[in-house]
Amino acid sequence: MKQDTPILEAAQVSLRFGGVRALSDVSFAVERGELFSIIGPNGAGKTSMVNCISGRYRPTEGRILFEGRDITGLKPNHRAGLGIGRTFQNLALFGHMTVLDNIMVGRHHLLRNNFLTGMVYWLGGAQREELAHRREVEDIIDFLEIQHIRKAVAGTLPYGLRKRVELARAIALKPKLILLDEPMAGMNLEEKEDMARYIVDLNEEWGMTVIMIEHDMGVVMDISHRVIVLDFGRKIAEGTPDQVLADPLVKRAYLGEADDVPAGSEAETGAVA
Amino acid sequence: MAAIAMTPCGDFRESYRADTTIFPTRLSRAFAIAGIAALCLVPLTGDRYVLSLMIQIGYLGIAALGLNILVGFTGQISIGHAAFFGVGAFASAWFVEHGAPVLAAIPLAGLATTAVGMVFGIPAARLKGLYLAIATLAAQFILEDFFARAQWFTGGVAGRVTLRPSLFGYSFDTDEAYFYVVLAWVALSFLAAANLMRTRDGRALVAVRDHYLSAEIMGINLTYYRTLSFGISSFFAGIGGALYAHYLLFVSVEAFTILFSIQFLGMIIIGGLGSVMGSMMGSAFMVLLPEVVQGFADALAGGMIDRALGLGNAVSFLREMAIGAAIILFLIFEPDGLAHRWRLIKAYWKLYPFAH
Ligand SMILES: Nc1ncnc2c1ncn2[C@@H]1O[C@H](COP(=O)(O)OP(=O)(O)O)[C@@H](O)[C@H]1O
Ligand SMILES: [Mg+2]
Repeated sequence: MKQDTPILEAAQVSLRFGGVRALSDVSFAVERGELFSIIGPNGAGKTSMVNCISGRYRPTEGRILFEGRDITGLKPNHRAGLGIGRTFQNLALFGHMTVLDNIMVGRHHLLRNNFLTGMVYWLGGAQREELAHRREVEDIIDFLEIQHIRKAVAGTLPYGLRKRVELARAIALKPKLILLDEPMAGMNLEEKEDMARYIVDLNEEWGMTVIMIEHDMGVVMDISHRVIVLDFGRKIAEGTPDQVLADPLVKRAYLGEADDVPAGSEAETGAVA
Repeated sequence: MAAIAMTPCGDFRESYRADTTIFPTRLSRAFAIAGIAALCLVPLTGDRYVLSLMIQIGYLGIAALGLNILVGFTGQISIGHAAFFGVGAFASAWFVEHGAPVLAAIPLAGLATTAVGMVFGIPAARLKGLYLAIATLAAQFILEDFFARAQWFTGGVAGRVTLRPSLFGYSFDTDEAYFYVVLAWVALSFLAAANLMRTRDGRALVAVRDHYLSAEIMGINLTYYRTLSFGISSFFAGIGGALYAHYLLFVSVEAFTILFSIQFLGMIIIGGLGSVMGSMMGSAFMVLLPEVVQGFADALAGGMIDRALGLGNAVSFLREMAIGAAIILFLIFEPDGLAHRWRLIKAYWKLYPFAH
């Protein structure tokens, strides 16, 4: 193992949508095993950054390196196999499938059975393979404590549980790097505490590197190893939670020129910080 | 509550294997086996009329299953399914004409239809919504035109005459015998589809339908699966068409119209989009509805209402209208189709008498 290569590196990434500069020259590196947070006001470009890493967007300039390999132009569906998983800010479950099937879709790139062996279920080894993976998926279900909704249709679940199922599906990919876009948004205090515990366990027990976008500063400061702050598409600070909190630029982005901060984000972030 | 799969008390699953069966309970599995056994007895009743309806339901059901995999499970659309059904019918007749035994020609026709389906499906897999609808509509017209012109393949305006299957000297000449051929294909097709939907690629199809962006993040290649779905759909259309050809023994170039394509869409809407068994229920509904209309017309024949409305002359028109009305009524009142209604009824009886 090349211990010294960062698991993920963003090198001078810029992203433009017509006249909108979503990201300007953003660089950072995430070490293997880190719990790394991206924070910043609404519209700062956090989701855009995660989209560049997961392949949803292609940076206008700059490069994304995963384990030292340039993946800038790689299609999103080829990134699952490399070990990149993610959840979405706005829920993106397969609404008509059961929770179990949702999570099993996460195993897609690990399964070898295809439509032909699937159709002859018992004959071509599909059954054996599906059941073996089902066992592993059950471990994830136990970990996230969603046993009771296994067979529920995902689209009918309440918000907090859906977020949890989405996390389960991302874990099922067996990612080395997991990207969590606002995993606690819209949750009550108790749900947030559970989610924070799951994320720490994922990082410590399951050994996954985590990149998390989160607005709840209390949680971010509590559990992150390192943080970067984006504002208007630029990286304005990087460091440990304490270093970042003390940074004058960060204070200004969050608290200072209030008319620069889109409505809503201040209340959301300021309240807990 | 309806979201949780309901199973009777005391029916606990003790292994993941028991939890992934096609039939959720021992009883439902027993019912399915008993159902197939009962179907095997139908020819013994000697009722030719019932038999011919069941054969039609069978081959149309297989083709509807194919369309349901494309439309119901993958979320694509096709307004050209009848044309692929036609390709299967002509291909099977053509293979037999060139010396293939009928029982081999049927799966060969399925494969040939898949190949034709791919020609249209590979570009179509990159399209969505209205554009895809138009592309499949184009396939419908191109193939219809091809049927009319390709005399070598279809026999042109004369159409093509073909044979009943035979095996080791035994000929499936009678409807009674042919019924078993259709039943075997129905059982195989529906079992294969049910298995597909509980394994990797079946889940991938539904994932593409429900949320293609997250499907991609899960490592699913959208173009591949949209194309695959088109291929599987064409295969079942081809098998259905081939069984149709060897049942009617004559294939006409005029049979595979856009109206027929829309009837296939009607079947899966009525039966239930995204339901394997719903495809068969929809096919049964579509075959039986005109019979019921005809029955009413016959019952009224000569009576006052008949004289007033001239039903006798209008029966064929009435049939078409009943089909159209059924599609619209289902879209409004039962958008999840017969399969969904059936599940609710089952759930009700499982919990009976504690349904409230
Ligand atoms: N697909 C898109 N098309 C156009 N503009 C976009 C798109 N995605 C993001 N943006 C713009 O990029 C900026 C950053 O958005 P985003 O990354 O979602 O911010 P954040 O996640 O930090 O709230 C915003 O101004 C947003 O309007
Ligand atoms: Mg965002």
